[in-house]
Amino acid sequence: MIWLLLTVFTPLAGALLLPLLPRVSVAGWLNLALCALSLVGALGLAVEVLLHGSLAGDSFRVDAFNVYLAVLTAFVGLTTAIFSRPYMYYVHSEEKRVSRNGMRLYHSMYQGFLFTMLLALTTDNLGILWVAVEGATLTTVLLVSLYRTPAAIEAAWKYFILCGVGIAQALFGTVALYFAAQHVLPPGANGLSWSTLYAIAPQLEPRVMVVAFVFLLVGYGTKVGLVPLHSWLPDAHSEGPTPMSAVLSGLLLNVALYAVVRMKMLTDAALVHSSTPQLAGHLLMGFGLLTFLVGAISLHRRRDIKRLFSYSSIEHMGLMTFGFGVGGPLATFAALLHMLVHSLTKSSIFISVGHATHIARSQRIERIRGLIRTQPAVGWSLLLGVVAIAGFPPFGIFTSEFLLLVATMQAWPWLTPLLVLGLLVALAGLFRAVQPMVFGAAPVGQYPVRANMLPVILQLAMVLILGIAIPGVLAHWLDQATQLISGRPLL
Amino acid sequence: MNLAALPLLDQAVLVLAAMALFSAFALLAQSRLLSAIHVFAWQGALVAAVAALTGAASGDVNLYISAAITFVLKVLLIPWMLHRLVRRLALERQADPLPYPALTLLAGAAIVVFADWVAAPVAQFEHSATRNVIAISLAIVLLGMLTMVVRRQALAQVLGFMAIENGLFLAAVASTHGMPLVVELGVAFDVLVAMVLFGVFFLQIKDSIDTLDIDRLSQLASSVEQDEDTEPPR
Repeated sequence: MIWLLLTVFTPLAGALLLPLLPRVSVAGWLNLALCALSLVGALGLAVEVLLHGSLAGDSFRVDAFNVYLAVLTAFVGLTTAIFSRPYMYYVHSEEKRVSRNGMRLYHSMYQGFLFTMLLALTTDNLGILWVAVEGATLTTVLLVSLYRTPAAIEAAWKYFILCGVGIAQALFGTVALYFAAQHVLPPGANGLSWSTLYAIAPQLEPRVMVVAFVFLLVGYGTKVGLVPLHSWLPDAHSEGPTPMSAVLSGLLLNVALYAVVRMKMLTDAALVHSSTPQLAGHLLMGFGLLTFLVGAISLHRRRDIKRLFSYSSIEHMGLMTFGFGVGGPLATFAALLHMLVHSLTKSSIFISVGHATHIARSQRIERIRGLIRTQPAVGWSLLLGVVAIAGFPPFGIFTSEFLLLVATMQAWPWLTPLLVLGLLVALAGLFRAVQPMVFGAAPVGQYPVRANMLPVILQLAMVLILGIAIPGVLAHWLDQATQLISGRPLL
Repeated sequence: MNLAALPLLDQAVLVLAAMALFSAFALLAQSRLLSAIHVFAWQGALVAAVAALTGAASGDVNLYISAAITFVLKVLLIPWMLHRLVRRLALERQADPLPYPALTLLAGAAIVVFADWVAAPVAQFEHSATRNVIAISLAIVLLGMLTMVVRRQALAQVLGFMAIENGLFLAAVASTHGMPLVVELGVAFDVLVAMVLFGVFFLQIKDSIDTLDIDRLSQLASSVEQDEDTEPPR
């Protein structure tokens, strides 16, 4: 319990405290310290859950599924904070793109964003989940427009409107769910508690549940970046500050997908005796596959490096959604592992990209050239990150994609060629853009920048270890989550 | 359905909900911003009245609190903030006519039919008045989305956004006698923060692009990808 409070409320305290600090450099360090404290809390929570099983209370529920995402969230929050401190200081003091008040807003909203993410993950109340996910939009929307350029304001407006409308659908779905629960539960019971709902799910009216699930999928799916509601994602990633892109891709999309999967678990349990027991899974598969293919094709002919990698995020979110849709222990395990490795890899890539844009003083791909000559550390980390995200062995994404392909071959063999084709198209799109950026001739007058590569090294090393041999503790942990979601353990 | 056979309270709720639906259509078609803000305030008042009536019927104190929050937020505070913004941005005289009024209103009517169809599964275990209110609230949500799609004025889009919230609140009150209070408070807080953010945005958009016409906000998809000279100033 104490660990939970430490994890979730440290960022809230940070969000309230950091804007009061006048010194930008101190705020950067404090931001980092708060993230570390939150990570300590999350690790303590994880140990507690692993030793004693899941924790449940009036308003929170921590089980194997969400505790691993909470640790991931706190960890990526910390590594991105390590990167963001010198990066944002440079943007503030050298480039002068952000004023001092802008920096106060930035630090406050960074912590506020982490708070909403951790709250969404640990709460048991579906209403609070909605409020937290909407809160995540509100905390990040001003960060997307932080640079105040017309393009940034346009991106933020689009993000705000599209996510606001999308997430409203999720609230309607939540109301419908609550409505279905009220006809089963005795008066006074908490009809929005996920644990309560899951226990009585087989009695919920299937037809109302279908309506509720469709609304919930559209709503949270907007935040996952599912096609056709994905158009906010590349804009928000490309126009906002780079640390923001790293946490949006690494954390927000995961949390939204987490919400979708929780709803799928409820819907599956409610539809078990109806004529369409697999409906939720089929919907996820359809949207996931479409998103995956559209994302892979969109990787070609990009001009902006951050837009390139945001389309890569769309592609990978599609793959995970597809995996959860296929269901079964193997596909679920693969999707869970993919959430983990994608999050680590993609946030490390955005960190390299941040340094690369500072070296080239541009986000345009054709102006970023010869990174490996100018600053080998940045060039290599970008190259290795892309090798990992494209799914080459021995990195962890290869493992999860391979498992997912095997699961697809078992359940839906005729969909496998589509997946392989999409992966190849994505690979070609990525390398076509990245090869000249890393190896091309460096323009005259391009100098190295101060870069702290520790987060990148740490994250890529973890992805590498996950690709070579998943540690037993972690495999067991993911297996528990698999059992929760699909009903059967894999190992 | 025999409306006269329903209890008086259900009849009142139905009438209020129908008026809220009418106001959603008015919001869709009203081209003058100030009038549209007034329509939005009326819609908020109708929804708050539904909550208060339901509270009176069930004796639930939470519903009175929800109704009071809605009244303060959606009838007084947000319309007042929007009024101030309109005056500050000097938009009082600006009209934003619909491009295809007949087509848009027909689409709105189609949305109402669709909402009625979606709400059909509810009918079997709930008496018909509730089912109708759910259908109406879904229609208000979807009409709010339509408003956001067809209107070009940023302020009109915000009104559509807030109308969606009204529809959701109506759905929660009518079908479930309100969500738990903590959720209502969270949603109200989010709406308030969203409104403040919208205000900040208007000033930013006005400063950088010098108009609130959303059609001007279409540079990213096209030019950033193709043109050479859209690099943001450094």
